[in-house]
Amino acid sequence: MSEEIVSELMRAHVYRLASTGQRVDGRRLDEPRKVSVARTFVKTAEGSARVKLGNTDVLVGIKMSVGEPYPDTPNTGVLSTSVELIPMASPTFEAGPPRPDAIELARVVDRGIRESKMVNMERLCITPKEKVWILFIDIHVLDYDGNLFDACSYGAVAALSSTIAPAKGQGLGDDFPLPVEHWPVSVTTAKIKDLLLVDPSLDEERMADARLTVTTDENGDIRAMQKGLSGSFTYEEVKRIIETAQRVGRDIRPLLQSS
Amino acid sequence: MEDIEHIEKEMKLINSDGRRLDGRSFDELRPIRIEAGVLRRADGSAYIEWGGNKVLAAVYGPREAHPRHLQDPARALVQCRYNMAPFSVSDRKRPGPDRRSVEISKVISEAFSSVVFKEQFPRTSVDIFIEVLQADAGTRCAGLTAASVALADAGVPMRDLVTSCASGKIDDVVCLDLNKDEDNFGDADCPMAIVPRTGDVVLLQMDGHLTYDEFQKAMGLSIDATKRIYEMQRDALRRRYSVTLEDILKEAPPAAAPVEPEPEQPPEDDFGPEGI
Repeated sequence: MSEEIVSELMRAHVYRLASTGQRVDGRRLDEPRKVSVARTFVKTAEGSARVKLGNTDVLVGIKMSVGEPYPDTPNTGVLSTSVELIPMASPTFEAGPPRPDAIELARVVDRGIRESKMVNMERLCITPKEKVWILFIDIHVLDYDGNLFDACSYGAVAALSSTIAPAKGQGLGDDFPLPVEHWPVSVTTAKIKDLLLVDPSLDEERMADARLTVTTDENGDIRAMQKGLSGSFTYEEVKRIIETAQRVGRDIRPLLQSS
Repeated sequence: MEDIEHIEKEMKLINSDGRRLDGRSFDELRPIRIEAGVLRRADGSAYIEWGGNKVLAAVYGPREAHPRHLQDPARALVQCRYNMAPFSVSDRKRPGPDRRSVEISKVISEAFSSVVFKEQFPRTSVDIFIEVLQADAGTRCAGLTAASVALADAGVPMRDLVTSCASGKIDDVVCLDLNKDEDNFGDADCPMAIVPRTGDVVLLQMDGHLTYDEFQKAMGLSIDATKRIYEMQRDALRRRYSVTLEDILKEAPPAAAPVEPEPEQPPEDDFGPEGI
């Protein structure tokens, strides 16, 4: 995801600004970019959302079908999340099977939704052991300008909350909205040398030493975390990042809940 | 099963008054809207809504061709990747290229190959990406039409824009620009692309059953329609690049506003005029 080179000049500039509490795009260090959400963008999907986080632009579509449950969870629906880093979105993305970074991204987004029990998957069981709803979350990254973890997660949450299950078409009664019970919000922080920056832009992300994604629910409880890149965090830093994620999560959650 | 066959036989795609299911006459296009320059990272981009189709196109390049053994020391490669989002159709499509997308990518690459001034950029490739976000028949025409605008937005030198449209036959009537139902239940579909300035046909496909007469009628309808679509492409580029007095006035700060150091804001309208 980050093969492009950042010039020494930009590196020095970003760090010098950040050490005085400022950023290139005018934000504070703990301030995310503007989030905009457009729901039901794709009418061929059961639910969809186009989300912009600054200039990062993702489109998420939800498709539902009826299938068999996994043998170890015979009473719950199946959730499947995939991310396509299509070459349209960045000069560094290439066509082909998903690479490790796309797989990590999809799994982290999936984890936040699954572990927070955002959708009550037990209510997506039709006949135990035989028939359940299968929920596909397909994430299409259209324009990559940093921090896909949060953009993709916001897109998935917004799309799920607008999804109507096509029960009628399957002869399973009336169409119904997904049983959404919790609201996970993912907040990613990047570490550049000794400084922590929330919602890194593309340049900040490319020069980051470490990255931590924290997903919190509406009670501020932690539901998923993922540390990335080769740098490290002190325990103090981790605590600060979680506190920021709780606070930023509170600000962003209403944007995902209402249209 | 019998029921479905029965319905198919009885289904009327054209009313007694000559109107189609969506109310169009035989020579009417679906509504088309084109926006140029909609993505930040791409060198050029365009978004098109054509009836129920929603398609994004992006262009990168001319840039160094990879893998290197594909490089042509005399000219640029023009490579297109047409891809459908898994949620763009009613039954989820498995991600990744299938045989249909590979074929469409190839014919679109070839269509653009004849208009790009390739000799100016040896050893490079011009990469065109077409993403179908919502499909309603005619996605290759919509994609090609948008990609043409994206190429111009990227500043790639071309002989002209390429404009594309399809015609087909439903209920034994030759009609312009079939929608999904008409394509599924109709008798023929014939997408084409043309270089409007010279009249060169750069893409032509057909499936179904047309007499020679009907083919000529279909091409006549398509050629006529591409003239209208060509104007829409040019208009999208004009809207993107022309600067009006209004824009200049808008950018000037209001005289009475308090002077406050304001961080650079992204444009207010994040999703375009109708919320793309």
